[in-house]
Amino acid sequence: MIVENIALAFSSIRANKMRSLLTMLGIIIGIMSVIAIVIVGDAMTASVTENMSSLGAGNITVSIQEKGLDSAEINVIAGERISLSGGRTARTGNSPESSDLITDEMINSVAESFPGEVLGVSVSYSGGSAQVKSKDLYANISISGTNSGYATANNITMISGRYISERDVEARAMTAVVSDKLVGNMFPNGDDPIGEKVKVYKSNSIETYTIVGIYEYEQMGFGGMAADIDISTPFYIPVSTAKADVLEKNYTYFTVIAANNVDVNAMTDKLQNYFDNLYRNNKLWKASASNMSSMLDSISETLGTISLAIAFIASISLLVGGIGVMNIMLVSVTERTREIGTRKALGAKNFNIKIQFVIEAAIISLVGGIIGIILGIFIGIIITNVIDAPLVISSIVVLGIAMFSMAIGIFFGWYPASKAAKMDPIEALRYE
Amino acid sequence: MLELKNIVKKYFIGEPNELTVLRNINLKVLDGEFVSIVGASGSGKSTMMNILGALDRPTEGIYSLDGQSTGSMTDNQLSEIRNERIGFVFQTFNLIPRNTALANVELPMFYCGMGKKARRERAKELLALVGMEDRMDHMPNELSGGQKQRVAIARSLANNPSIVLADEPTGALDTKTGNMVMDLFLKINEEEKRTVILITHNEELALETQRMITLRDGEIISDKRISERGRVS
Ligand SMILES: Nc1ncnc2c1ncn2[C@@H]1O[C@H](COP(=O)(O)OP(=O)(O)OP(=O)(O)O)[C@@H](O)[C@H]1O
Ligand SMILES: [Mg+2]
Repeated sequence: MIVENIALAFSSIRANKMRSLLTMLGIIIGIMSVIAIVIVGDAMTASVTENMSSLGAGNITVSIQEKGLDSAEINVIAGERISLSGGRTARTGNSPESSDLITDEMINSVAESFPGEVLGVSVSYSGGSAQVKSKDLYANISISGTNSGYATANNITMISGRYISERDVEARAMTAVVSDKLVGNMFPNGDDPIGEKVKVYKSNSIETYTIVGIYEYEQMGFGGMAADIDISTPFYIPVSTAKADVLEKNYTYFTVIAANNVDVNAMTDKLQNYFDNLYRNNKLWKASASNMSSMLDSISETLGTISLAIAFIASISLLVGGIGVMNIMLVSVTERTREIGTRKALGAKNFNIKIQFVIEAAIISLVGGIIGIILGIFIGIIITNVIDAPLVISSIVVLGIAMFSMAIGIFFGWYPASKAAKMDPIEALRYE
Repeated sequence: MLELKNIVKKYFIGEPNELTVLRNINLKVLDGEFVSIVGASGSGKSTMMNILGALDRPTEGIYSLDGQSTGSMTDNQLSEIRNERIGFVFQTFNLIPRNTALANVELPMFYCGMGKKARRERAKELLALVGMEDRMDHMPNELSGGQKQRVAIARSLANNPSIVLADEPTGALDTKTGNMVMDLFLKINEEEKRTVILITHNEELALETQRMITLRDGEIISDKRISERGRVS
């Protein structure tokens, strides 16, 4: 009975392909959006969680912020690590004066003020992009001035040698930690690069660094158009060296690594108090402390808002789709009035007619739903690829959404089907 | 046996344009009879037929089928009666579009819950009976009028009904095809011993049946046995 009705429904969809497709459009778009939201949302959450564990949940970032702005504004830049846009991006066009920034003394005082609670601090300073060259060999780099804590805070995996040390920073040493990628480019013969000197060509100078360590480069995000050989990798040097020729020695942000046994949230509050005190006389600027869990909260809040907006659009689309199904079923019932009359004359009960049209509506929306699911997964795959997030497709969710699209058809097909079922057989047979 | 007792059918009841289509019809049709109903257009033939076929309910009077009054039956019970005991043949064939000839013949059996295989087998037999076995996979729009009507006749016989009702089954066909269809009804009546009631405008066809009932303005004005049956030409 059901099987025959399903076959019947497919034959009537096939008979009106274009009309059925147009009818399904609302359902297709609605279901497509729902699936895409779910996939992208899951992917972002998974990606954030992954970043969290790779960045270390013990990291507390202290960044300069304009007073009067709420808690840390969070940016999730496609495929990049999560960053706080405190002082790095001036939100209102005001930029802090040098005296507003975080000084080395402040950073050093943190470790002294919280003995045993702080494992280390991490600072970084971008030295811009450059190229390492030797004869016809080259590698693109982005210079990053760091201290020893940076490796811990950012979970850098060393392959050989060592990371930048505090002594390097104090001595303003010309030492560098390079990526395995750079080693591949510059030392194609497999020579041991530790201890080797490389020439770095900056826009206005050439500097020579000694390689002291090699780290494992993890490509984050979309590789872009760059050929493999051209991919630019971080080139870590002591922060003091990076800042040697710049006037501005202060920082817009730095990271505190809490000791393993410390409650990170409590530690964040303590640091906040500590810096509030330091900045109490500053009218415009403050330093704001935040950790991964507060970031995650704020990210999931943002994600939630976006999802809600898309879900709203999707549900309108589904409503329109459902009404479309209802409309087309009403048309179909009217068109097939004589057929309904004939079926009744041959002994169909009201129930038989009703189920026939309800199933037809359900199949139309299910087919629309399946097309929407396929397109939605496709969009999800593209987006997760672009933002380099893991693709997670839950079969239960897909099944649930397929069922949901069918339920829409049943709901909106109910009234037209009842109308068909209630037709008087004589009138239906006489219908022209 | 079919019995109409004091049947009245009115439309627009209580309104100024109230219309009485059937007035006090009394009729008995015995099992195995071949009855023709004739009369001018609008005289109420189809209306009477619809009541006989349990498709419609009379405004007044009692219709009983094999001694069982249908007045108190529910719509579903009437559906069952139509499904099991009555076969319909229409002037306009009324085959279900997009269903093959075979599927059309299977339909009444589908509604009585017969299994797929049994249905298929019986439908093939019936199509063979009307000479349409080589067209069973064709869609209605691929068949000629005469072929459609033969499929419709096969369909009317699906559930082995004791009564076959045909409302101008040859109305849309040429004389030759009409005669072929008429032969089928004669065969159904004579060989399969089914009651056949046939509405026709064609006096010659009516003369081939056993009994001719004439309606005028909703009343039976004559009901006569035909002594000398047979085709004139
Ligand atoms: N649903 C209806 N509403 C109003 N009047 C109706 C309805 N059905 C039938 N009639 C009227 O009943 C009368 C009898 O109609 P019926 O169809 O029974 O005639 P008929 O004898 O079959 O005619 P024909 O030979 O043209 O088919 C007609 O005057 C018709 O207008
Ligand atoms: Mg008529």
